[in-house]
Order: sequence, then structure tokens, then C-alpha cells
Amino acid sequence: MEILYENLLKLEWQQIVMWAIGGILIFLAIKKDMEPTLLLPIGFGAILVNLPFSGAVTQIVDGAVEEGALSVLFDAGIANELFPLILFIGIGAMIDFGPLLANPKLMIFGAAAQFGIFFTLCVASMFFDINDAAAIAIIGAADGPTSIVVAQKLMSKYLGAIMVAAYSYMALVPIIQPPIIKLLTTKKERLIRMPYEQKEVSKLTRILFPIIITVIAGLIAPASVSLIGFLMFGNLIRECGVLNSLSDTAQKVLANLITIFLGITIATKMQADQFLKPETLLILGLGLVAFIFDTAGGVLFAKFINLFAKKKINPMIGAAGISAFPMSGRVVHKMGQAEDPQNFLLMHSIGVNVSGQIASVIAGGLILNFFS
Amino acid sequence: MNFHPGAFIDSLYYMGVGMLGIMLVIGVIIGITALLNKITNKKPANKKDSLK
Repeated sequence: MEILYENLLKLEWQQIVMWAIGGILIFLAIKKDMEPTLLLPIGFGAILVNLPFSGAVTQIVDGAVEEGALSVLFDAGIANELFPLILFIGIGAMIDFGPLLANPKLMIFGAAAQFGIFFTLCVASMFFDINDAAAIAIIGAADGPTSIVVAQKLMSKYLGAIMVAAYSYMALVPIIQPPIIKLLTTKKERLIRMPYEQKEVSKLTRILFPIIITVIAGLIAPASVSLIGFLMFGNLIRECGVLNSLSDTAQKVLANLITIFLGITIATKMQADQFLKPETLLILGLGLVAFIFDTAGGVLFAKFINLFAKKKINPMIGAAGISAFPMSGRVVHKMGQAEDPQNFLLMHSIGVNVSGQIASVIAGGLILNFFS
Repeated sequence: MNFHPGAFIDSLYYMGVGMLGIMLVIGVIIGITALLNKITNKKPANKKDSLK
């Protein structure tokens, strides 16, 4: 009889707290539609790994190692960065660089909006050793796969907290960005119209672009070459015009399959003894700092450019350089329309948004160059 | 976890080099993309040809 409730008696309050956290993530995913593809598997996984002696994670029972399926998946797909890199092929296949190629100058805002990463690195270094501080700072890349790869390569012990922060804040972009943008811009600036001139981008440019980006990024930040290479490989499949079936598979089946395993596997790092620490709260706070200063960096850089530019730029588009694609681009467009229903910033903001995707990966590579 | 306020100043070097690095890389990419656009965009047919 005792065997039926024996395990129940081993339950600790910390594990119940983790169930609650898992429940909150599932609630946010389903009820609030916040990054459901990742928050739901992470939330369920958090419950799964926090059952006493959960068979889903590797345990030592009576001196013998009993391997758990999620731990095996972690070693097979995350410890060696395979899952996030394969996911990047799917993301690359999804991205249309057209608006960016039509107006390449917009890319500079993607670079400026990585300021939050480096500012957070400075702040985090006051509390953590430099490798953990760098891994935490990369939450500001607003890009899950980059965060996983950088945190893994830097051997950070805070992977679970970093992932939860990265994906939660990405989902919260529509809430985090508008007040920062409003605080840093005047109404007059938000009303600036930017007419969109339709420019044709040749197929050759679309094909050469991913190849050239890979070579440049690889030469300057070799540590980023796997990240940028897989992203651009996916984009090349999309743009080459002869691999439509592969492009379709990468965008849908491959990306979905990896996402299912990625979320639930990340949860192995959400066991109560590793996750319920004061450091986790601090990491969540630092993640928010990164997103705020990314947004500020992009907006303030656009205002700086306006000091010299003849054709004024609506500084709100600088905020779209945060990467979180396509939420950030849409947020800026909606804010522009709220000020002036005739102001269409979408093509500009999406162009800046995809440049943020490239810039965040390069920033990840630079961070790895510094510290790995 | 300890608090080392001096570490902020020490890390400013990475902020400077990091932002400079990313601006340089993106600057090079902008230049090459603009060049690609210039080279690969079809020139409009001239009026004489279009009248033929």
C-alpha cells in the first residue's frame, strides 16, 4: 500500500512552485496567445521535470544512473546546439529580405538596436562572472536560438532562466516597446511620414545576399558562422527558386518539429533546485533591461541620424531593430497608424526588423568572440 | 552572487568594441548590398529601342 503514496511524500514545496510557474506559462500561451509554440511546451516541461524522481530527467536511484528521455534529448539537441541551429534553417526560409534589400540603409538601425545587449553585459557583470553576464546579456538579441547557442557555448548555468526570459519578453514586445518609444519621441516625430518607394530587387541579389552575409560574418565573427550560416542557408533555399518543396518543408514541418522538442527539452533546466534562486529573478530583470535599452538604442540612433538627414526618418522605426520578428515591426506600424491613420510605416519597420535578425546574430558572434 | 560595481566600468570596453564591431560589419553589408543592387538591377530600355 505504501508504494502508492511513497513518492507523494517526497514532494517538496519548491516543486509545487515550479508547477505553478509551468501553469502560468501554459496560461499565457493559451489564454494570452503569448509565444504559444514555445511557452506551452516549456510550461508543460516545467511540470514534467518537477515531479519527485521524474523519469523524464536523468536521476541517480540507489546509486545507479537512470537516464531520462528529456535529458537524452537535451544532450542530443541542445548541449551541442543542434536544435537551435536547425530551427534557424526554418527561420531563414521564412524571412523575406526584400524590404531590406530594397533599402539597405535601414540595416544600420538593426545594428543600433543591439545596444541593449552590450549595456546589459555591463550591468550584469556587476552581479555575475563575465561569461554568465554575457549569456544573460544576449537575452537582448530577442532571438531564442541565438540565446541558446551563446548560453550553451559560454557554459552558463542559467540556461533555463535565460530561455524563459528571452521567450517571455519576445512575447511581451507589444507591451514593453510602446511606452519606451513614446517616452523618447515627440508627437511631431511620431507623425513623420516615410513614403515607400517600391524598388525591384533582382533575383541575383536575393541569391547572392545570403552567401555574402555568411562570408562577411564568418570572416569578422567566426564564432557566429554556424548561426548566421544556417539562417542564410534557409534563406538561400527560399530564394533560389528551384527548391520550393524544401523551402516549404523548412518553413513548416522542420521548424514545427524542432520547436516541439526545443521547448520541452529546455524545461530540463527548470528543475526547482536549479531554477528557484534569487539569480533567476535578477536574470528576468536584466532581460527586461536589455529589451528596454535595445529599443532606446534604435530610437535614439534614428533621432541622431535625423540631425543630419534631409529626408527625416520616423524615429519609431529604430525600435524595430530589436529583432523579435515580426512583432516589433508590427508594433511600430501600429503606433504610427495610431498617430496618423494615413502613415504606413510597415515596409520600413519590417525592413529594420529583419536587419535586427541579422545584427542580433552578429552580436551573438561578437560576444562569443570575446568570451569563448 | 556578489556585487562588484567596478565591473561595470571594466565591461565598458566590450560595449565600445562590440558596438563598433557590429556597426562596421553592418556598414560593410550595407555597402555590398547597395553595390549588388546597382550591378544587378536591369537598366530600363532606352526610348529608341522601345520605339522599334
